[in-house]
Amino acid sequence: MESEMAAAEESRVVVDSEVAARLVKGLREAFIAGKTRSYKWRVSQLKSILKMVEDREQGIADALRSDLAKPELESVVYEVAILKNACTTAIKKLKHWMTPEKVKTSMTSFPSSAEIVPEPLGVVLVISPWNYPLLLSLEPVVGAIAAGNAVVLKPSEIAPATSSLLAKLFAEYMDNSLIKVVEGAVAETSALLEQKWDKICYTGNGRVGRIVMAAAAKHLTPVLLELGGKSPAVVDSGINLQVATRRIIAGKWACNNGQTCVAADYVITTKDYAPKLLDSLKHELEKFYGKNPLESKDLSRIVNSNHFARLTKLLDEDKVSGKIVHGGERDKSNLKIAPTILLDVPRDSMIMNEEIFGPLLPIVTVEKVEDSVDIINSGTKPLAAYLFTNNKKLKEHFVMAVSAGGMVVNDTVIHLAVDTLPFGGVQESGMGSYHGKFSFDAFSHKKAVLYRGFAGDVPVRYPPYTKGKLRLMKALISGSILGAIFALFGWSKD
Amino acid sequence: MAEVEKSLAELRQTFRSGRTRSVAWRKTQLRALLDLIRDKEDLIFEALHQDLGKHPVEAYRDEVGVVTKSATYSLSNVEKWMAPKKGDLPLLFFPAKGEVLPEPLGVVLIFGSWNFPFDVTLDPLIGAISAGNAVVLKPSEHAPASSAFLARTLPIYLDDSAIRVIEGGAGVSEQLLQHKWDKIFFTGSPRVGRLVMTAAAKHLTPVTLELGGKCPVILDSLSNPSDAKVAVKRIIGGKWGACSGQACVGVDYILLEDKFKTNLIELLKKTIKKFYGEDPINSKSIARIVNKQQFERLRNLLQDPLVSASIVHGGSLDEEKLLIEPTILLNPPLDADIMTEEIFGPLLPIITLDNIKESIDFINSRPKPLAVYAFTKDGTFKRQILAETSSGSVTFNDILVQFVCDGLPFGGVGQSGFGRYHGKYSFDTFSHEKAVMHRSFFPEIEPRYPPWNDFKLKFIRLAYNFDYLGMLLAFMGLKR
Repeated sequence: MESEMAAAEESRVVVDSEVAARLVKGLREAFIAGKTRSYKWRVSQLKSILKMVEDREQGIADALRSDLAKPELESVVYEVAILKNACTTAIKKLKHWMTPEKVKTSMTSFPSSAEIVPEPLGVVLVISPWNYPLLLSLEPVVGAIAAGNAVVLKPSEIAPATSSLLAKLFAEYMDNSLIKVVEGAVAETSALLEQKWDKICYTGNGRVGRIVMAAAAKHLTPVLLELGGKSPAVVDSGINLQVATRRIIAGKWACNNGQTCVAADYVITTKDYAPKLLDSLKHELEKFYGKNPLESKDLSRIVNSNHFARLTKLLDEDKVSGKIVHGGERDKSNLKIAPTILLDVPRDSMIMNEEIFGPLLPIVTVEKVEDSVDIINSGTKPLAAYLFTNNKKLKEHFVMAVSAGGMVVNDTVIHLAVDTLPFGGVQESGMGSYHGKFSFDAFSHKKAVLYRGFAGDVPVRYPPYTKGKLRLMKALISGSILGAIFALFGWSKD
Repeated sequence: MAEVEKSLAELRQTFRSGRTRSVAWRKTQLRALLDLIRDKEDLIFEALHQDLGKHPVEAYRDEVGVVTKSATYSLSNVEKWMAPKKGDLPLLFFPAKGEVLPEPLGVVLIFGSWNFPFDVTLDPLIGAISAGNAVVLKPSEHAPASSAFLARTLPIYLDDSAIRVIEGGAGVSEQLLQHKWDKIFFTGSPRVGRLVMTAAAKHLTPVTLELGGKCPVILDSLSNPSDAKVAVKRIIGGKWGACSGQACVGVDYILLEDKFKTNLIELLKKTIKKFYGEDPINSKSIARIVNKQQFERLRNLLQDPLVSASIVHGGSLDEEKLLIEPTILLNPPLDADIMTEEIFGPLLPIITLDNIKESIDFINSRPKPLAVYAFTKDGTFKRQILAETSSGSVTFNDILVQFVCDGLPFGGVGQSGFGRYHGKYSFDTFSHEKAVMHRSFFPEIEPRYPPWNDFKLKFIRLAYNFDYLGMLLAFMGLKR
């Protein structure tokens, strides 16, 4: 694999500032020519994406297996299927999305009509991560195309097989005068970030998010930042424990072995309930992944040795290593870590202060389940928060008092597949949102348009200014017709 | 620095206590703001006169009136805006409920500007309050009377533990920007906009940037003389009537077919005389230049010999009173500063073209403006302008009125900024839209869980296609 990567590295065109500037210039000229604005072009490109992933599903699954040992079902479910849905929804709804929205106008500007016209922003940059290298590359691209933009996609170099596959497939399936893939790592990304874009969509971590936003500031470019955070799952007692357990597992280990931005990062439950939850987790994990999970074909591996080292460091911290109550096995040569549960790790440990992004699940215990709200609020705002409960009051309190990008009660992760809900973070977990119509909006400028006729001109607007004009103006702005009439009379008496 | 830190800590504590979240608090604050404006109208007029020489009618039309209207509108709609919006869910997840719940962002910072020192600080404030945030307002130091008035009066009317005014210049702004905010709302120039966004990036703070740009007027041939008169009145109202051209959505220059130039200039001159009298520089109905520095900048624009040669009307300046006469220029060089920088003052260049359709390329070869204005009766041309140029807003056959439409978002694109406000958009700008999904424990869809096998793969494929019949058949073992 090493030599393959080296070969790929060599064959790639080096993208420095100059190449990047030329690339953007070319795309901008093509954008200005106006091709992307038509409904026809947008739909044809969306259909090409659909065809591309349908034709090459096997190749995609192979690339994902090579990058992450991702089980085929996970590839099909979380990457290909969600993407296909995004495409078909966009194709189905595009005409509707593109239609200007009529707006009511006020008496002040009567007679007039107004509308909001969505227009493409221009040339946009999408920088995608390695954990869902297909979905998180293409779903923003779908939004950018639907909104009529020219796009450059920079897939993550940490998932090299998918990155090079995307470069190949885009060359083959997409309109290359307007949609391009640029492969590369830090140097190439930096060269791209020096250019002026009309929007940058970045999915990844807060550290790089800051760099992206600072680079964007130089050109006054708006950004969409999809970051992560420590997403908690709170488990109350008196619930269907088996269902809750399975849904936590489904959103943790069955999602790329925990390497997912919306995966449950840690669990909060009461001291009394923790042993029951732990037993249930152990039991269901064994049912799902067998007695030797390192051998299971149904668990992704850790993406690379850096991340493997990072995760084992979290586990090997002195005050943490003794807290492992399940799992903990690792296989360095195959980059595998078994589903691992830790009980009552100290709050000041590393594992409780950074996003885990891997198969480790700490359980934090509290006296009362209500205390979980304070624990969550003492940290930065997560991308997602989950709650399992049958207690209506707790549910209401949690929804109001906890701030997170998104929230699911009695399940995990599935809100991501619902395109009528905006997907995005808040504070440390990011800014801006996408999915469904929200993706279209994220890559559109909403132009306010007001139509006036020449009739209905009120002299009150114009100088020379008088007291009477002031009275009439007040009446007009407050929408008082009677006041306006009085003022008009008063004024005529001046 | 200590004062900023202390204020911020107090505001954060107030926000954490949850007080700003209730409908009651938001409405009380909006009502208090309305009371303030009603009670202190005269003082506001006075401050605006002191800072900018604005006539009360202009002050009411562009500031007091707009804020009153915005606050009233928010007051009657805020409860509706706060209600969660339902998101439709696919049957696959049944029974489940999805909603989008707007929640306040936290403690936000608003930078006002000096040209509309009340509207541009209080309009965003209305949005921030409506959305339930704690707020720091930093009014512009270049409108000192207005800034002092806000600092003095706001605490008397509004909840001082949640809404603060911090006065000061660039030094104070820099201090403020070092702190972590949950949103920064900035109105001003692109240069400072970049600084604000760079500072915000350190804390991943979202920003709304309301900048400016050179807003063009496309003046098509208007065969009916009364239409032409209306157009000219509106252009003058939108140029000199709004803070003497010191407005981000004001008219920057006019694009016109060469053959109409003489008519237009005559009509402009005649109407200016009607509005501002024989001695317009001393008219009470026109604002003055804000300060010496801006006056100098404008004078420099005119000093280029090729530019001064293009003056066809006006051009007199009164340095002592900081007054500049309404000045019209015909075809100043396109590479002169007056045509490359935002003018932001009472100078109006007219650029002539052979064909008015060329105006589209003219506009597109420059940074995207905050507004494009077009006077035309040609429907095809209207559609062409809409589709082929890009700007924050487009207004046909009038100037500035888009600013007072609550239903329209106000904001720029490209060089003119990003993010939007006014009406419901102000509420959205200061809210996080939290996606919330409610599920029950029953029913369970077994194929969601590992160990994976071919059956589960097939089933999930069907599920994603929402092929319910297929799913049922698969479950019963009838479908292969």
